Amino acid sequence: MSGLTDLTLAEARDAVAAKKVSSSELTEAFLKAMEAARSLNAFITETPERAFEMAAASDKRIAAGNARPLEGLPLAIKDLYCTKGVRTTAGSKILHNYVPQYESTVSQNLWDNGAVMLGKANLDEFAMGSSNETSYFGPCISPWRAKGSDAKLVPGGSSGGSACAVSANLCLGATATDTGGSIRTPAAVTGTTGIKPTYGRCSRWGIVAFASSLDQAGPISHTVRDCAIMLKAMASVDPKDSTSVDLPVPDYEAGLEAGVKGLRIGIPKEYRVEGTSPEIDAIWNKGADWLKAQGAEIVEVSLPHTKYALPTYYIVAPAEASSNLARYDGVRYGHRAEGIEDLIDLYQKSRAEGFGSEVRRRILIGTYVLSAGYYDAYYLRAQKLRSLIARDFTEAFKQCDMLLTPATPGPAFAIGEKISDPVTMYLYDVFTVTVNLAGLPSLVLPAGLTESGLPLGLQFIGKAFDEATLLRAGRALEVAAQFTAKPQPWWRAP
Amino acid sequence: MSVDKDTVRRIARLARLKLEEDRVEPMVQELNGILAWVEQLKEVDVEGVPPMTSVVKQRLKMREDVVTEPDNADALMANAPGGEDHFFVVPKVVE
Repeated sequence: MSGLTDLTLAEARDAVAAKKVSSSELTEAFLKAMEAARSLNAFITETPERAFEMAAASDKRIAAGNARPLEGLPLAIKDLYCTKGVRTTAGSKILHNYVPQYESTVSQNLWDNGAVMLGKANLDEFAMGSSNETSYFGPCISPWRAKGSDAKLVPGGSSGGSACAVSANLCLGATATDTGGSIRTPAAVTGTTGIKPTYGRCSRWGIVAFASSLDQAGPISHTVRDCAIMLKAMASVDPKDSTSVDLPVPDYEAGLEAGVKGLRIGIPKEYRVEGTSPEIDAIWNKGADWLKAQGAEIVEVSLPHTKYALPTYYIVAPAEASSNLARYDGVRYGHRAEGIEDLIDLYQKSRAEGFGSEVRRRILIGTYVLSAGYYDAYYLRAQKLRSLIARDFTEAFKQCDMLLTPATPGPAFAIGEKISDPVTMYLYDVFTVTVNLAGLPSLVLPAGLTESGLPLGLQFIGKAFDEATLLRAGRALEVAAQFTAKPQPWWRAP
Repeated sequence: MSVDKDTVRRIARLARLKLEEDRVEPMVQELNGILAWVEQLKEVDVEGVPPMTSVVKQRLKMREDVVTEPDNADALMANAPGGEDHFFVVPKVVE
């Protein structure tokens, strides 16, 4: 079979099941593509030996007739998921040499379903960023370029390596995580599809923690169907994560083609924000028209506290991060400074040397908003705002089944363009953070290209634990949008 | 509200992050930029609004108070910089 790396996850699954291709052949094709794409810096660690071992084991199972749902399918794993015996860095110097002695629940679920690990994907340091530029291992570069330009663009963040690897056909799908948009922003700007499930749908155990009340695992993949297949395998209740929910995981793939007829889809008027590119507004209107043409009812709804979501997020997330990242002390694991005077000095120097500037900034903000005398003014107020933001969604869902919104305020920007001003970078997540604050599921998929040939995404936001309806609507929009564009493989060595 | 150099030094100490003296002033600027931006939250009347404590309606589960992890000191020590014989090593803390 030729063009193995062009297959979607579902196509590869069917080809493997029909014995048209072996897992070892598929795996080899992807490992070669990864090698030829090293200039994109999508992977922090490649694991070819592990991949071939897993593929050989899968081929045996297939031959024996006891294949599992993802048998033999090669995936990339965001380097925030702990993988037993394979270095896990979180994109940080402080974990540059960390080799977990255990496996995260979500990645274990994928291996138990037969998947093959290709390597660990690049990301912003501790998943703090919207562009994958804060990684200690260097920025990941988008496979996309604007027409007539060779400027290097960001793949979005923080799951930039995951999105890049899917977009450049370096894997069949990738795991990612989303604290304020880290699945959806990269999916939107790389023409890929990603779903952030409801908080609690996937276990967080073994995923390096950033902000525990916001973090959630999910897939980035080629299509809505691929997302449905991966999410089914990733989700589970887990005794090791007390916030994981004990609800059956539906067969998301089964209901995909049911269409949107009769669904009420809300358009939140507060998402028409200043500074959004006119091309985004146009694609948003087009998306609503496509759904309407397929029988959905479009209703305008209001989420009055939308504008407060980002500043609320930038109190809550750093507060939780400052607490979570207190564990990096230079004693039990990770980077340890040399030439130290006493214990406090060991902590202070190891942390100062180990954390990058964005992480240090967020730890300091978080420490400040939690400190005596400021807690009520900042953190407590932010938690109250969070209740109001969640209440907005509850009210809106009385009038509709889900919401349709833009995913990002514009297409991918150039590397270096926004990194110098933190607030400008934070604003890039304006459409995605509300969802994390309210714990809701959200799907992003490509809807079209800009004038300059760069992908634009649209976002669906659903009711808690209603991923099935979200995926079904996503599939309807995918059919209407007919997005088939792929980046030109300029990165392949001649 | 905004922070001054002393506050930045104090929170850096609380966070156990060494901040070189020449980095204090730039950090004051960066943090004040962010704090000025979050100031807009003050416009909202939050009187009587309960703070969010859980994003998903659920009761936190209880588990049996039993040992579930095996005795795996080797694994726990595998990543410890300077660890010796199942002990974490730190500079002398008692005279």
